[in-house]
Amino acid sequence: MNHLFRLSAGLLRSGTSGLYRRGPVPEGHVSLVVARLFSSEPENSELGQLIKKDKVVVFIKGTPAQPMCGFSNAVVQILRMHGVDDYASYNVLEDQDLRQGVKNFSNWPTIPQVYFNGEFVGGCDILLQMHQNGDLVEELKKLGIHSALLDANKDEQKK
Amino acid sequence: MLPLFRLARAPLTSLRLLPLRACSHTPMDRPVESSIRAKLSRTLAPTHLEVRNESHLHAVPAGSESHFRVLVVSPSFEGLPLVQRHRLVNEALREELAGSVHALSIQAKTPQQWSSDPSLAKSPPCMGGSKHDPGMRLRSDRE
Repeated sequence: MNHLFRLSAGLLRSGTSGLYRRGPVPEGHVSLVVARLFSSEPENSELGQLIKKDKVVVFIKGTPAQPMCGFSNAVVQILRMHGVDDYASYNVLEDQDLRQGVKNFSNWPTIPQVYFNGEFVGGCDILLQMHQNGDLVEELKKLGIHSALLDANKDEQKK
Repeated sequence: MLPLFRLARAPLTSLRLLPLRACSHTPMDRPVESSIRAKLSRTLAPTHLEVRNESHLHAVPAGSESHFRVLVVSPSFEGLPLVQRHRLVNEALREELAGSVHALSIQAKTPQQWSSDPSLAKSPPCMGGSKHDPGMRLRSDRE
């Protein structure tokens, strides 16, 4: 399925391949805007490559510094609690084409959306349940990420 | 008890066909909620189902049916990971999610999970996202 992405004037930038606009990098997060035709094979499309560029990729409303939605904020806060602060976050409110595109790509109707190692994990509800039942610590370990909550637990045991 | 011939002549509106409810709303007032209940019941045969319209907790006009929380307890979820369970719910409500439903919180449990933890999760506080959401404005403009 081909997905058309229209560039809005404010997002066009010269000097790049025309594929991405690299936004400011607050707190180590990267904000990009996808502006290209999808290939007919989703896994080889730009979005397909985007989700694999970083171990943890989230599509949210707003930014990690300023989430614009309670559910997106929940994702940001959960990641923060686990000490995950080096991840890619994409603000779907900046680009309605990205917003619809990621819903089509993931076959998931809502935002936020979370990817680990290029694999779709789920939305806010799933991430919260994974956090509550301990699965998130294990999944982060598989990514090579040591959850801060493990250290917090160790400190508690030492007392 | 009314004689049968009087029942037959009575207009339908005078018959108490709907169960008495504490509130004055009828399914006709909440078409999306009714549709969500019906579709989840039909497709997942839940042993327990809760559908809550949480639109009033968000920055949307009064009376909206845009934000929902559903709790579905069904043996259909046995052996399925969370993401697959949620996909089943999403698929059942595809039409609603393509329409007015902007946000859907899902709890999908097996009967055993529900019996060991019969609690409904709470949604995080709204951060006013719908106010900044051109998609929502467009939708509300169309409605």
